[in-house]
Amino acid sequence: MASTAQAERRPKLAGRETRHGALRVAMLPPAERMSLRAPAASVAALASALKIRLPNAPRQSAKSGQRTSLWLGPDEWLILDEGGGDPLADCRSVTAVHSAAGISHRNVAIEVSGPGAAACLNSGCPRDLSLAAFPVGACSRTLLGKVEIIIYRTAEDNFRVECWRSFSDYVFEFLSVAAKDVAG
Amino acid sequence: MLLIRCPYCEEDRPELEFRNAGEAHIARSANIAGESDEAFETFFFIRSNPKGLHYERWRHVHGCARFFNAVRDTVSDKFLMTYKAGEAKPDAETLKTLGASAAWTNLSTEHLGGRRPARGKGDTE
Repeated sequence: MASTAQAERRPKLAGRETRHGALRVAMLPPAERMSLRAPAASVAALASALKIRLPNAPRQSAKSGQRTSLWLGPDEWLILDEGGGDPLADCRSVTAVHSAAGISHRNVAIEVSGPGAAACLNSGCPRDLSLAAFPVGACSRTLLGKVEIIIYRTAEDNFRVECWRSFSDYVFEFLSVAAKDVAG
Repeated sequence: MLLIRCPYCEEDRPELEFRNAGEAHIARSANIAGESDEAFETFFFIRSNPKGLHYERWRHVHGCARFFNAVRDTVSDKFLMTYKAGEAKPDAETLKTLGASAAWTNLSTEHLGGRRPARGKGDTE
């Protein structure tokens, strides 16, 4: 009898990184991700179940331990958990109207860090990334070249870039070439 | 690149993040089955297509993903204002204060608060 096939999950581009001077583009380890949509009336119940604040203003994010919530739209948030917690499970007990979709395997994250990180992103992203318009902690969905990304500024010179797994080759190469240009 | 103000994100964002979604303020009949063929045709196909100020729906698809409305000058491509979906159509008085639309829009010069240019000597009526 044939043995049972086992599906093996292989993280995309795991461990890849490029450095140009102090500017570094690197794949981040896998994380739990959840796309959350909810009307204003449900926000309080969800926030207490997830044990994190759900910001209600554009570009705002909140951090609590290993969990991060990013405002994406007036009723949409991306919940990240880098500590192995499961935000989907936390939402299960909430009876208030909401939609929670697990997208942990749909997205991968790339970190762009070091001096010139903003310039590196701006090579393909026309969004204003100056500290005045996009301060530390700001996040937004936007574009990099031809693909949609979510950027989250974790420090002055550090960005987390979330993109779809199938676009990650493109995004990683794009940022690597940009980093080379920026670093000179 | 044009910068378009998203009323939900409350900031100017690059045009690449947006998609046009046709003319705004076209209400679907509450009794669509009772509509005459002519009325349905008007609702479904007939658009104003003005040269000048145009009320449009836009979607910030690569941002907050929301639909909103905009007043754009189709001659100069200038966005006069944007406002949230569901909000009332801005009246002529409001638009007058925004000014700066192209000289040959479908609004009269007086309406835009401007003066008609004096005719040169060589011009004839």
